[in-house]
Amino acid sequence: MNQELTTEEQAALKNIAAKLSTFERQRGNLIPVLQMIQEEIAYLPPETLKMVAEHLGIFECEVYGVATFYNQFRFRPPGKHPIKVCLGTACHVRAGDIILENFERKLEISEGETTPDREFSIERVACVGCCAMAPVAIIGETVHGQMAPSKVEGLLMRIEIEKEMEEREKQKNESGR
Amino acid sequence: MSPADNEKLDQVFSAIREEAEKRRKAFREAPVPKIHIGMATCGIASGALETKKAFEETLAERNIEALIHPVGCIGHCYAEPVVIIDHPDSGFPPIFYHEVTAGKAKMLVKLFLEEGDPRFEHILGATVENDLIPSVMEFSRFNQEKRVVMEKCGYIDPEDIYDYIAEGGYSMLVKVLQLTPDKIIKEVRNSGLRGRGGAGFPTGKKWELAMHAEGQIKIVICNADEGDPGAYMDRTILESNPHQVLEGMAICAYAVGANKAVVYIRAEYPLAVKIVTKAIQQAKELGLLGKGILSSTFDLEIDVFRGSGAFVCGEETALIRSIEGYRGMPRHRPPYPVEKGLWGHPTVINNVKTLASVPPILENGATWFRGIGTENSPGTAIFSVVGNVVHAGLVEIPMGVTLRTLIFDICGGILNKKKFRAVQIGGPSGGCLPADLLDTPIDFDSLTEAGAMMGSGGMVVMDEDTCMVDVARYFLDFTQKESCGKCTFCRIGTHHLLRILERLTKGEGQDKDLEQLESLSEDIKTGSLCGLGKTAPNPALTSLKYFRDEYEAHVKEKRCPALMCRSLIAYYFDLDLCARGCDACATCCPVEAVFTTSNRKKGVDQELCVKCGECMVACPPEYDAVRKVSPSNLVPVVERAPEKK
Repeated sequence: MNQELTTEEQAALKNIAAKLSTFERQRGNLIPVLQMIQEEIAYLPPETLKMVAEHLGIFECEVYGVATFYNQFRFRPPGKHPIKVCLGTACHVRAGDIILENFERKLEISEGETTPDREFSIERVACVGCCAMAPVAIIGETVHGQMAPSKVEGLLMRIEIEKEMEEREKQKNESGR
Repeated sequence: MSPADNEKLDQVFSAIREEAEKRRKAFREAPVPKIHIGMATCGIASGALETKKAFEETLAERNIEALIHPVGCIGHCYAEPVVIIDHPDSGFPPIFYHEVTAGKAKMLVKLFLEEGDPRFEHILGATVENDLIPSVMEFSRFNQEKRVVMEKCGYIDPEDIYDYIAEGGYSMLVKVLQLTPDKIIKEVRNSGLRGRGGAGFPTGKKWELAMHAEGQIKIVICNADEGDPGAYMDRTILESNPHQVLEGMAICAYAVGANKAVVYIRAEYPLAVKIVTKAIQQAKELGLLGKGILSSTFDLEIDVFRGSGAFVCGEETALIRSIEGYRGMPRHRPPYPVEKGLWGHPTVINNVKTLASVPPILENGATWFRGIGTENSPGTAIFSVVGNVVHAGLVEIPMGVTLRTLIFDICGGILNKKKFRAVQIGGPSGGCLPADLLDTPIDFDSLTEAGAMMGSGGMVVMDEDTCMVDVARYFLDFTQKESCGKCTFCRIGTHHLLRILERLTKGEGQDKDLEQLESLSEDIKTGSLCGLGKTAPNPALTSLKYFRDEYEAHVKEKRCPALMCRSLIAYYFDLDLCARGCDACATCCPVEAVFTTSNRKKGVDQELCVKCGECMVACPPEYDAVRKVSPSNLVPVVERAPEKK
C-alpha cells in the first residue's frame, strides 16, 4: 500500500481536495465522496482517506472500515489496462475461471494485483450483466464476449502492438518536426 | 385536491402529451427509412456501437437519408446486436434483423435501403403480420411471452422522455394525482402484486403500512442493487425504459405520502446510472418530477445513489445502512423499514420490476392483472435465462408457466444438442432443480416448495457437462466472500461449507463430509439474521438432495461424472484418431503441454496440463481425437513426455 505517489497523482490530490469542499459535511456523503476520489485517481491512496475523515469529521478508521467493506474500492493503483474477468454463474458454467487463470499466467500476477510496470491489473467481478455472451472479460472499457483461453494471448498481444504503434507514431512525429 | 386543480392538471399534461405526439407523428411520417438499433449494455457488448457507426457512415457515403433511432434492449440477447429496419418504400413491413455486425449494416444499407432487397437470410422476422415475411410472433420465443413490465423495452428511446409519453407514459401519474391515496393503494392491493425482488411480499400491503406509519418525512427507495450473478433484468429495464420506473416511484410516493425518493443502482451498471440520471433530469424539466408536479401540490425529489458492489446491500436494511454511509450490514427487523427506515423515516423499498409493474396495473386495472398468472402469484415474471441454452436472454412470462415450457419451448432447449442436467434458479440463494422437476410451475410458492426460490429471476441452465458439486462450490465461494460478517454462522459456517465442497471437487472428500454438509447447512439457515445467510446453503442443499449420486462419485470414486472438476479429470489423445502432422492442438495450448510422440502424433504432458480444454475445441472435427476421463488415473500412458530443456 505504501507506494510513492506519482506527480500526476499529486496533482489529482489537489483536485480532489477542491472537489471535496463541494460535498456537505454529512455522513451520508461518505460513499459518494469515496466514489468521487476513485473516479479521479482510480484508487484510494491512504492520504485521501485522511482527507475524507477530516472533511466529514469522522475517524479515519471509520472511513477505512467502510471503504474496505465494499468491493468497488481499491487500495492499489490499477494498471493502465485494467482487466476484469467475469465470474458470474453463466461465465462460471462456461469456464470463466480458466480465462482468469490464463490472464494470471500470461501476466505473471494474480487477481487483485498490478504488473510492476503498472500496465495491467487483474480483477475478478461477480457479474457484468452480459450473461448471454459468457464467458466475458473486460479490458479497459471494452467488453469481450465469448472468451476462450487462446483469445487471451491475442488480446494482450493486440495491446502490446497498439502500444508499439503509438510509440512509433510519436517518434515519427517528433522526428518530422 | 379540488376539481379545479384537476382541470389544470389535465391541461398542463395534455400540452406535454400533444408535443410528444407531434414528435412521434413527425418521426413516423417522415418519408425516409427508420433504423432502430438496440443500444443497452448487452447490445453494446455485442458491438451495437460499431453497428450504429457503420450505419451512419454508409448512409452518409451513399447519400441516403434515414433516421437512426437508438432504443433499449428487447431482451433477445442471443440475437444481439438487434436492428429493426422500417423501410416503407420497399413495400416490406418493418423487419427484425439479428446479429447485425458492422459489415452486415453496410450491406443492408446498400442492398435493402438502396436496392430494396431485404436479404432474407439475415431476417429474424417481420414485426407485424403480413403476406411477405413470417412475423416474429410465429416463434415461440416471441408469442409465448407476455410483456407487462417490458412491453415498451426495445421500442422506445430511453433517453427521450417524449418517446415514453407518446406511448401513454406518465398518464397514470396524472390520473393518480386526482385520486386519494387510499384508492391507489386499494387498486394495487386488489391486483395482488407481490414484490418482484424475490421475497414476494404483497406490495399493496407494504404501501399501506407506510401510508399509516407515523412520520413527517417519508421516503421511497427503488432497489436496483441487482447483485445476483446471472440476473440482469433490472439493468435492462432501467436502460431501456427508465421512465416507467420513475413513474411507478412517483405513484408510490404519492400514495404513501413521500416527498423524497432514491434509486439505488449498482456502480457496476454505469450506463443505467447515466440513463436514469438523465431521465430524472428530463422529467424535472417537464415538471413531472420536482417541486409542484404538474402544477399540483405534490413534490417529489428523486436522487440516484450508486451502490458500491456489496451483494448484501440488496437486503433492505443493509441498503439503508449503505445510503447512510456505513458498512452495509443488515440489522434486526422489526422495526421494518416501513416504520423506521432511512435516517429513521418510514421508507418503502421496492424492486425495479415491482415499481415498473405499477403503471400498467393502474392503466388496465387490478382485474386485468389478476387475470395473468396464477391465483397466488398474479402477473408476470421476468427471467434472465442464460447458460447452456439456445435462445438466451430476458423472457417475461405469465406466472405459472412450467420450467419445461420456458427452457425447451420458449428458449429453444439446450445448446449443441446436449442433455439437460439442471436449472439453477434464484442465484446464490436459490437452488438447482433436476429434470424430474421440470414440470414445476413458475410462481413464488411452487419454486420455494421445490427448494429453489424466485429470487431476482436469474436462471442458469446447465447441460450434462456441468458438475453439480462444482456449481454448489461456486455459489458458496460467492456467498462466503459476500457475507458481511455480522452473524457467526454465516461468516464462519459458509467458510466451512466452502472448505468441504472444495475438498470434494479436489477428490479429497471423506465419508462424513456429506452428513456434515447437511447439518452445517441447517445450522447456518437457523443462525443467520438476513436473507443472505438464511439462503446461502440452498445451492448445496438442493444439489445434494437431487444429485446425491454425483456427490458420492466425488467422495468414493474420486470421479467427476460431468468431467468438469479439474483436479479429477485428465485429457489425452486417442492415437487411432489423431492425425499425423496436425498441430492444431499444440499451437493453441496455453502452457505447451502438448508434445509430439515418436510416430508424429500428439500426447499430453499431464504435469504441465492445466485442463483448459482448448485442445478439445481446436481438434478438427474430422479427427475428434481429444478425450477426457475421470478419475484422472485412468488416462492411458502411451509415451512419456520428453524432458524439457
